[in-house]
Amino acid sequence: MQQLVLASATIVIGVFGCVGYFFASNLILDTILPPRGPNAGRNITRAAGIRPWLFLGPALILLSVYLIYPVFVSIWLSLRDSTGDNFVGAANYTWLIGDVKFRESMFNNFLWLLFVPAAATFFGLISAALTDRIRWGNFAKSMIFMPMAISFIGASVIWKFIYDYRGEGLAEIGLLNALVEFFGGTAQTWLTVPFWNNFMLMAVLVWIQTGFAMVILSAALRGIPEETIEAAILDGASPLQIFTRIKVPQIWGTIAVVWTTITILVLKVFDIVLAMTNGQWGSQVLANLMFDWMFRGNDTGRASAIALVIMLLVTPIMVWNIRNARREMR
Amino acid sequence: MENIAGTKSSLVWSVNLAVLALVLLWTIPTFGLLVSSFRDRDQLASSGWWQAMFSSQQNIIFRAGAAETQRQDGAQWVIDGSVLEAGGEVKAWGITSKDHAAFAPGAVATMADGVSATVAADGAYRLSAGKAFEGRSPRLFVTAVTPPRFTLDNYRKVLFAQGLGRSFLNTMTVTIPATVIPILIAAFAAFALAWMEFPGRALIIATVVGLLVVPLQLSLIPLLKLHNQLGIGKEYLGIWLAHSGFGLPLAIYLLRNYMVGLPREIIESARVDGATDFQIFLKIILPLSFPALASFAIFQFLWTWNDLLVAIVFLGNSADQLVMTGVLKELLGSKGGEWEILAASAFVSISVPLVVFFAMQKYLVRGLLAGSVK
Repeated sequence: MQQLVLASATIVIGVFGCVGYFFASNLILDTILPPRGPNAGRNITRAAGIRPWLFLGPALILLSVYLIYPVFVSIWLSLRDSTGDNFVGAANYTWLIGDVKFRESMFNNFLWLLFVPAAATFFGLISAALTDRIRWGNFAKSMIFMPMAISFIGASVIWKFIYDYRGEGLAEIGLLNALVEFFGGTAQTWLTVPFWNNFMLMAVLVWIQTGFAMVILSAALRGIPEETIEAAILDGASPLQIFTRIKVPQIWGTIAVVWTTITILVLKVFDIVLAMTNGQWGSQVLANLMFDWMFRGNDTGRASAIALVIMLLVTPIMVWNIRNARREMR
Repeated sequence: MENIAGTKSSLVWSVNLAVLALVLLWTIPTFGLLVSSFRDRDQLASSGWWQAMFSSQQNIIFRAGAAETQRQDGAQWVIDGSVLEAGGEVKAWGITSKDHAAFAPGAVATMADGVSATVAADGAYRLSAGKAFEGRSPRLFVTAVTPPRFTLDNYRKVLFAQGLGRSFLNTMTVTIPATVIPILIAAFAAFALAWMEFPGRALIIATVVGLLVVPLQLSLIPLLKLHNQLGIGKEYLGIWLAHSGFGLPLAIYLLRNYMVGLPREIIESARVDGATDFQIFLKIILPLSFPALASFAIFQFLWTWNDLLVAIVFLGNSADQLVMTGVLKELLGSKGGEWEILAASAFVSISVPLVVFFAMQKYLVRGLLAGSVK
């Protein structure tokens, strides 16, 4: 309880502090450079030059400290040894290239990159197209969208229960094994089968992200000019043809956005792997490997090097986003 | 649109069926865990949740009543009672762990020390011997069919005995300031980026767009070092600032995009009327931007509530700091088999986001549409 009081007090202090800062700094600016009197004109121009920075100040400080400064420190740390005391040059990177677990992580991340965005976008597109045509579509959308609200770790519990394995002679309580046995197969410990267990983990993320893809793509589908569809119908196109030849080509841009957004998420995937296999049985990924070296390995050099690899993989998408954003602003 | 060309009823049917299949596929995992969280511990471990409504057969290991409860019945010493606490029917029973089905209900078995035992179909058992029972009572191994049993015990257990109630409060403590603080800071910055002219504006906007995708992993080690130097390494203040910093790019991006779309005339006429930028922001921009503020608030709330990584790194593992996702992670590690605990804990932890999700879905969708970089 005491904590909640503390938290509420922080909110109050924080909110009033923020408002107070903006109010006071603006007031001071107006007192130093009053927009009236003999120099009113010059003062207004000067104040207008300073004021944006007052508004931006706190955000710029937070962004610099929490997102920009760490990039440089990480680069610096990745060139130093496990405690950050001595310069070791590129040793951490050469170690990375030779490390079995790192190669495994790169390979698995590559698998994730191929499978998860593709599957989530595909299911999202299908459900967007189908739910727009039926009466209870909005309810169906809500249900498919729901996993978005569930934490990765909560989703891991949900899916670990599905993959549960009881052992021979016992009734299977995991849905997957029960189904496998129902159709005459043998129950398995799904999460310990190398290579295929990756797909068991990916299913969780696809399950979570399909709703996101569906929402965005559904909006895009609705934004398609009706004339194009009417023309296609008049020309005798079948519903499937309308979908694949008329609608999908018009929303390629949005599909690309959905794809890249999920791609970024995939590169950072951590919780699911940590909770379900912790990288054992050949299911390691970069983010979890980095966490391993940070906390269990206590090696800031290697951990930073792995983090920079993730950053490097994200960079092309970042550049692409910035270019798009700039083009849009013009 | 497509209605103008008339639709075939077979197509309508297959669309409905396909959507139904998708919806089932997407809800069944959660539903299964929800049902399981209300099931009796023993039943949960012995039958699938889809059989929850039916009687289940299970093997029960039952230790007979303690020696103190024995009574004298003629020349015999007797312990009796019932092996089924909550009803059901005994199908078979045995006196060794190897064979749960050695005897039919009602049969009499002779155990070591001349004890004769019997278990009836309704669960009543009776042990009798020529001399008084001493020490630990013998065990009975019963195969029984028990009726479905639903209980709130799992929730009671996790909330009070397992300390999840405490971590619920911890999560609240993390989440609320971490949601409110960035909104305010971002709103001011977004206003400057949307409606003020100054050199370097385009550069800052581009930077914000770039920062949207910077992986969190990169920030962890440098910031943990920094926080430790500042003395807020394992404090709530540290995680509030961290979440605020990580949430800022999206907040600024969303809010700026929204504010740019506000009608120019309103702002310019206010300027002409002599309002300062600060007044324009507080009295015009902020109220008009409510939908965007709500969208971001939901995002940030869901993100901080569901976050595990930032919490592990910037908060301690002690009872007064462990958040719910952290508890779930530890439970998954140590009690992989105790599904009743896991299921109930998971539902306590995802209940709040789910409520927020269903109540504010409109704003969430709107935010998603505005937030994905076009």
